[in-house]
Amino acid sequence: MTREQRRQISTVLRYTLLILVGIIMVYPLIWMVGATFKTNSEIFTSAWFWPKNPVFDGYNEAFKSYGGKINLIGSMLNTYKIVIPKVIFTIISATVTAYGFSRFEFKGKGLWFSLMLSTLFLPQVVLNAPQYIMFNKWGWTDSYLPLVVPSLFAADTYFVFMLVQFLRGIPKELEEAAKIDGCNSLKTLWYVIVPMLKPSLVSCALFQFMWTSNDFQGPLIYIADMKKYTNSIYLRMSMDGDTGFQWNRILAMSLISIIPSLVVFFLAQDSFIDGIAAGGVKG
Amino acid sequence: MNKKSGFSKFLSENIGFLYIIPWLIGFLAFKVYPFGSSLVYSFTNYDLFNGISKTGIMNYQTIFTDSDIVRAFLVTFKYALFDVPLKLAFALFIAYILNFKLKGVNFFRTAYYIPSILGGSIAIAILWRAVFNTDGLINAVVKLFGAEPINWMASANGALFVIVLLRVWQFGSSMVIFLAALKGVSEDLYEAASIDGATKWTQFFKITVPMITPIIFYNLVTQLCQAFQEFNGPFLVTKGGPNGATTLISMLIYNNAFLRHKMGMACAQAWVLFIICGVMTVIAFVSQKKWVYYGDDDGR
Repeated sequence: MTREQRRQISTVLRYTLLILVGIIMVYPLIWMVGATFKTNSEIFTSAWFWPKNPVFDGYNEAFKSYGGKINLIGSMLNTYKIVIPKVIFTIISATVTAYGFSRFEFKGKGLWFSLMLSTLFLPQVVLNAPQYIMFNKWGWTDSYLPLVVPSLFAADTYFVFMLVQFLRGIPKELEEAAKIDGCNSLKTLWYVIVPMLKPSLVSCALFQFMWTSNDFQGPLIYIADMKKYTNSIYLRMSMDGDTGFQWNRILAMSLISIIPSLVVFFLAQDSFIDGIAAGGVKG
Repeated sequence: MNKKSGFSKFLSENIGFLYIIPWLIGFLAFKVYPFGSSLVYSFTNYDLFNGISKTGIMNYQTIFTDSDIVRAFLVTFKYALFDVPLKLAFALFIAYILNFKLKGVNFFRTAYYIPSILGGSIAIAILWRAVFNTDGLINAVVKLFGAEPINWMASANGALFVIVLLRVWQFGSSMVIFLAALKGVSEDLYEAASIDGATKWTQFFKITVPMITPIIFYNLVTQLCQAFQEFNGPFLVTKGGPNGATTLISMLIYNNAFLRHKMGMACAQAWVLFIICGVMTVIAFVSQKKWVYYGDDDGR
């Protein structure tokens, strides 16, 4: 066997492996799309994704309201009532904090910075119960406040850390020039730093969007009123509350609820990949 | 006038501090205070409706003696023990293959990354239940190969496998981090090795892995901490069953705090989990000196 032949064989092997793994990764999702058009009996008899006799009752049923209080679209709107302010607040507060840490010297900076980093390793599980007790005393439970307000104060330190990393890579010359031209630090932040940070801010916004859209435990803990249910707890209720389980309905609901995330991902996949690569995203 | 100049002097010297004040307020209110109060609550029988009537170390005594709680901790360990190495090995292996100059790498990278984006959602938990149903997709494939269908949710190991696989399936983000690290490994090293006749396999273990140990380490610490906190998979897909075989500690904490309102107990359990996580992280940090390679700048 010549060297050239060996090279070709190994290329073929690599592609075969990549395609195989790719199919395993994506097939459940493709199957899910097909299953929304199948009856229960077909879902559980065939592994092939294409429906033999497509039915649409899953989609007809998917939008029906639950006890007249909430339906799928309402729950999705509720989710974005949390997601949108949270993304905006996170971007603003994380940028301001990262700016403070990466561009200035002040007393105790080292200590504050390491405290901030240490919260990256503080598991949310530890904070759930005491935070609930605190928000309960403040009368914030059964509202979106506990889920949104902390983001005004850069509570997701992960993003601060990510932006500090990005700011390290940005040369300071422009800021110095701006200072000489008479810009104060706030103007410098707005006119010099923010434009340069834009790609990273997009990454942060995207991750916060995805994580908050997927968040289940937060709404599960704080939201009791069915009218305020977010998509994740609405889906869970539909899954657990259904008698005579109709899989095409629940799968259609699931599919509809991940469409916004999928669209955002496909529109912005490069920013995602760059964001993870640069910041080392968890997940 | 003098006072003003003093104030503006303070401002100009400490202006950076002003920028971190919002974070600092949030840090104290939403992190430090709950964290501290949780330690205090953990030594009480605090009940959301009945308050505190007893203090002491009874919660911790229960944690270490109650067989259900001990089992939950053991199951959590078992879960992490399978989940983290599998996920990282898979992520690294695929990243290694993607790092060869192949056409269409971006396409594969995207395909592998999609589960990481959606994996945390309830939609996927629902899908997972359908797929691992006794008559579900996986068993249909099992039957194709002529094997007996498996009742996944009914056996302890089967159910654990289902929730481990749910997270291993989301290896995309670890993979992308590895891929970025692999791009940083110098081509010269591989060339030199292949001139010396090293196979790709040897190159992987003798060059690739040692060169990216810092990133492996980073992924290891973050994935460990997350595995110990895993909630959605067991809560939604297996519901902790059968017979508590997939009841991870995060589920017990949730049940105590939010279903039974036994906040004191929940806080104590969370603290034990926190200490375990902390010890794991410290072990990873200390041991990294032995196995993490940070380049030749230590004066050798």
